[in-house]
Amino acid sequence: MSQSEPTITLENTEGRTTRPSVAPRIRQDQRAQRVFFVITLLPVFLIVVVTIALFVRAWPILQAFPLTDLLFGTIWKPSEKMFGFGPFILGTLWVTVVGVGVAVPPCLLAAIYLAEYAHASTRSFTKPILDLLAAIPPVVYGVWGLLAIVPFVEDMLAPLAKRWLGGVPFLAVNQPTGFSILSGGIVLAVMIAPLVISVVYEIFLTVPNDLRHASLAVGSTQWQTIRNVVLPQVMPGIVAAVVLGASRAFGETIAVLIVVGNVPQVPTSIFDSAYPLPALIANNYGDMMSIPLYDSALMGAALVLLVVILIFNILSTLVLQRMLRRKWA
Amino acid sequence: MDTHIQVKNLNVYYGKQQALKNVNIEIPKKQITVIMGPSGCGKTTLLKSFNRFLELTDGTQITGEVLVDGQNIYDREVDVTEVRKTVGLLAQRPSPLPMSIYDNVVYGMHIHKMKKDRREYKAAVRHYLEIAGLWDEVGKRLHDPATGLSIGQQQRLCLARGLAVEPEIILGDEPTSALDPISSQNIEARLLDLKQQYTTVIVTHTLRQAKRLADHVIYMYMGEVIEAGPAKEVFTNPKHERTRQYLEGLF
Repeated sequence: MSQSEPTITLENTEGRTTRPSVAPRIRQDQRAQRVFFVITLLPVFLIVVVTIALFVRAWPILQAFPLTDLLFGTIWKPSEKMFGFGPFILGTLWVTVVGVGVAVPPCLLAAIYLAEYAHASTRSFTKPILDLLAAIPPVVYGVWGLLAIVPFVEDMLAPLAKRWLGGVPFLAVNQPTGFSILSGGIVLAVMIAPLVISVVYEIFLTVPNDLRHASLAVGSTQWQTIRNVVLPQVMPGIVAAVVLGASRAFGETIAVLIVVGNVPQVPTSIFDSAYPLPALIANNYGDMMSIPLYDSALMGAALVLLVVILIFNILSTLVLQRMLRRKWA
Repeated sequence: MDTHIQVKNLNVYYGKQQALKNVNIEIPKKQITVIMGPSGCGKTTLLKSFNRFLELTDGTQITGEVLVDGQNIYDREVDVTEVRKTVGLLAQRPSPLPMSIYDNVVYGMHIHKMKKDRREYKAAVRHYLEIAGLWDEVGKRLHDPATGLSIGQQQRLCLARGLAVEPEIILGDEPTSALDPISSQNIEARLLDLKQQYTTVIVTHTLRQAKRLADHVIYMYMGEVIEAGPAKEVFTNPKHERTRQYLEGLF
């Protein structure tokens, strides 16, 4: 062996020197890297597999009825072969819109406060507490909603609305209980708040301080600076954060299910009961499976849910990634 | 000498670290005062004490007084936005706001509602862009985004934006350090033009720039003012050993 042969060519004793071979140690490293890569890719496969599986299982009902009948049909009577998802889709939309509507204004203000006004010391104890809210199990929120929010809506908000807001659309009180879209929305609002606040907060941090200083230097107040300079910069990110919050709200099951009443009707007011899609699946899957097409219909509902959430998530993630990357640009 | 800014017993701490140690100086009216000294000596801290920018950093503590026209700007009842309107700042890196050239200049005037109608604002924008020596280059594209300008043009735009709120004092925190030589010259020329009307305070780390601009010099070292006085005296006959060493380029 000549002197130019480096010592790492253990594999190379046969004399084929055209391609310097790699030490086992390094090959092992490369092999491990490939294994990690595959493991990292697994979630992607999982999403694809779940989507396909749902699609296959939902296929019978998709064949039995036209898609428009399923999505816009308003009658759900599986025993009579009526599978209208309409009330459930509308129920989900109502609860999500109310939840996001209740959550966004205070979340925005909280995020602005944390990012723009708060002292480092205030931030260091407020932020972890907010994040802690995200760690509370949904079922606990559900029970809290049942014990606190449902009576609050029933005894306080509904009578108030009945007295003062009688003619206002979407605010009519048509039922005696507090199991309602509003209760579901309030519980959801509290649940998505930590997510929305922390994403919006991160987005605010991407705005360089130079811009704030440029505005402050001509004698604008902090609020004028935020409104005129910072907010226009972060708008797309705020929209994305709200969409992300909405997709979380859209899929939330147990906490909503406990307080929303679960009546398969087309809601006309936030004081009506509703029956969101996730609750439909959670309540019924496993029961009454002898009814033909029932299983397939629930899978169809799951498919609708999954597709909507995927679209929301992908869109908001794309926007947020672009904005957060800008921080380092 | 007519004093515009007077600093009395000023101490500044960032957390536990003391950035300014018992500073007492006077800044003359309608002249250019240059603050020089090695990096980390507290030049920028001193400068930013004049428009109350120090308090934008968490954990800053300030004791002492900064009197502008005899009024301590750190007094409780003083409106910080009025201070910053009176004391304009030209930052180290040009920082055009993410809006059009026109909107950049008009920004501060809108904030303070300084003009009556659109026509007056338009005239003012032209006026200040001319003063900043930028009108000929951008007059025909006022509504283009300011970020599309060259970095030298951006700094002149920032100058126009600062002047538009009618300050009496202009602060410059190494305002040419990010610029190419020609743009730097351009900014220096503006500052010399403007010194008849404004009290100007410039931080610089280049001695040659200090010599070109200064009427009055403050030399700082390790958070202390070592020497302050008329430029001619300080440059030709420094009283203090450290100043002499710095001027000779020994450190």
